[in-house]
Amino acid sequence: MRYLVLLVSLLLPSALTAQEWEDRQVFGTSEAVSLRILSSTDTSFFAPIIEDFIETAPHISVEYLVTGTVDLDHAFRASPADFDVVISSAMDLQFKLTNDGFAAPLVDLDHPEWAQWHDRLFAFTSEPAAIVINRKAFGDLPLPRSRQDLIALMRAHPDRFQERVGTYDVRQSGLGYLFATQDARASETFWRLMEVMGRTGARLYCCSGQMIDDLRKGELVMAYNVLGSYAQAQAEQSEELTVILPSEFPTTMMRTVLMSKDARSPQAAEGFIRHLLMLQETGDALKFPLPPLTQSQNDDLLRTINLEPALITYLDKIKKQAFMREWENALVQEYRNYTP
Amino acid sequence: MAVILFVVVRALATQVAQQGQDNILNASLSSILDTAVVRDGSVTLDFPYSSFSMLSTNADDRVYYAIYEDGTLLSGYEKLPAPDVLKADHRHFDTASFSGEKIRIASGARLLLASDGPRTVSVSVAQTQDALSETLNAISRNVALLGVGFFILSSGLALWAASTTSSQLHRLTRSVTRRGPQDLSPVTKAVPTEMGPLVGSLNMFMQRLDHTLQQSEDFIAEAAHRIRTPLATVRSHAEATLQRVEHAENRAALQSMVRAIDESSRAAGQLLDHAMVTFRTENLNMEEVDLVEVLQDLVQRMTPVAEMKDIALSLQTEGPAVLAGDAILLQNALRNLIDNALKYAPSETDVVIRTAKDDGISISILDDGAGFDLAEMHTLSGRFVRGKDTGNKIGSGLGLTIAQEVTTAHGGTMTLRNRPEGGACVTLSF
Repeated sequence: MRYLVLLVSLLLPSALTAQEWEDRQVFGTSEAVSLRILSSTDTSFFAPIIEDFIETAPHISVEYLVTGTVDLDHAFRASPADFDVVISSAMDLQFKLTNDGFAAPLVDLDHPEWAQWHDRLFAFTSEPAAIVINRKAFGDLPLPRSRQDLIALMRAHPDRFQERVGTYDVRQSGLGYLFATQDARASETFWRLMEVMGRTGARLYCCSGQMIDDLRKGELVMAYNVLGSYAQAQAEQSEELTVILPSEFPTTMMRTVLMSKDARSPQAAEGFIRHLLMLQETGDALKFPLPPLTQSQNDDLLRTINLEPALITYLDKIKKQAFMREWENALVQEYRNYTP
Repeated sequence: MAVILFVVVRALATQVAQQGQDNILNASLSSILDTAVVRDGSVTLDFPYSSFSMLSTNADDRVYYAIYEDGTLLSGYEKLPAPDVLKADHRHFDTASFSGEKIRIASGARLLLASDGPRTVSVSVAQTQDALSETLNAISRNVALLGVGFFILSSGLALWAASTTSSQLHRLTRSVTRRGPQDLSPVTKAVPTEMGPLVGSLNMFMQRLDHTLQQSEDFIAEAAHRIRTPLATVRSHAEATLQRVEHAENRAALQSMVRAIDESSRAAGQLLDHAMVTFRTENLNMEEVDLVEVLQDLVQRMTPVAEMKDIALSLQTEGPAVLAGDAILLQNALRNLIDNALKYAPSETDVVIRTAKDDGISISILDDGAGFDLAEMHTLSGRFVRGKDTGNKIGSGLGLTIAQEVTTAHGGTMTLRNRPEGGACVTLSF
């Protein structure tokens, strides 16, 4: 039934274009050129980047629209002409958009080969999936270093973790699905962890932001596969949060940007992407608050998901159904999913 | 050659590259098809991540696929142009167009046996051909370079071979050109065998030429002899008769006869001289000639003639004047000039021959005669041209022509002028 509902909502893009955005902000006052950016990234991370861009191009005003990765994919596929630039953390969905011909080529960009695909999709951050812990709620338990530690802890202290563990709902979050499939691909440990989390009645979230909020409030003791960049930003503000990168295989995602092939302001869109990649390269934390690219080849600790055709594997209908079924069997044993 | 090489290699490379892409597509296809199973009554495929991972290319080629069960799309791209009917365990490769791009598509099928009967699962995997064409372009570039290199090399070799042959020819040409006028001996230098017949016939030709020249020289000498001798005989008879004849009319007739004989003899001599000069100037027999010696000899020989007219013939020199030239010709030219001077100079005057060495050698012959007619001065050296006021002087009009031709053949100039104090001056400058 759940899928039917999901499918119906997919087939009704008009309902989605009239959707409520998680956030919608307009930068710049000019009415000459307006650039519509569709993004899954919180506005707070992008505001400095957009403001810096508008300083160099004051004739452009930017409308920044934020929504979840899956929604974003549907909204863009439904009306690619409504958006100029698409930014998402769901690499697989972005890759498929590019593979399906939704992206326009941008040539002569001085960008590393491994961080771009087909001159159309450009990665501009390296962000690991992290385990985030509320230290107060965690109490005197030893901090886990790996997924194995996490499994052992939850098994040993079911009471403390009961209904206070969070992770992505892969059915709602494209990024969550990407992290989950990449984890599953890397190790069987993932499924054991999911089973243990299912037994402890894990809460499921659509987005990293809410998970971190609940962590800070102490409603969650631990969250798995949280976006490291978001968590780190919060951890710096509150002393309660600790960000841990699993030592055995930290999955690292690259946020990607593409320009719509039907962009209404293609020059502004290209200018923005060039500016974004340029800021990424300079690594000025004030103007670019996201973690810049790190080449995984040089760093074994960060296993970066490659931009390659294999990304469409888990987007295959049959594969996705099978994975979802297995994931639900493991995690949503009694359908105790969190609905805010 | 280079073009054929290019076309053949390019065709071969296309085949190999296409084979390579087909192999990878086939591997990908097989890895997907192999995972097809019937579970709980429905077909499912749990294909590995590597199925598409292996399709990564440098050019980031796009990847498309479609999975069908009995012709119905299970998942993937629905509009992928896949073949309708596929035999199980058979692979089909095709080039098609999908969303505006050229793709290579591999298709295959498998028969699955479910409880309710057999089911056919077919899979198509497709890839764009950017990397392929990049590879082909790279190969084409290399082959084109190779072809051009091959062309340059073979042209270079051909040029080298041609120049080697033609340099032999040039050497032969030079050695023939450099020969002296009398040297008509056969070419004996070693030549390439291909040029043997040419050199052989050249040698034969030179032999014949040598022979002909010999004959013509003989003819000139013979003709001079044959004409002059009888004329001399006739003249001596006429002179003898003149002594005996007393009748004034007959004497006058005989005198004019002697004059005519003199004129003929001189003309014949000069004609032969001229023919000889013409012949010799074309084949100068260069040797060291001391002009002063030549002049001394001439003065000695012609003094009796001068004395007959009471003319003082003198030679003023500044030591030897050596010149590379044809002694016979130079002597002939100078003799004609002195002869002219003696002929036109009035009695009891001086004819002076003067040699000087400034930049080159110059010889001037000066007389106290009437000098040249200014209007005629330019035409006098032409053949058979005689001055108007020559009166009853015997002459053929070839004297100055001979002198002029000989001087020119030796790279010198002849100038005619009138002396301010009266009389003519002919100067030869070498």
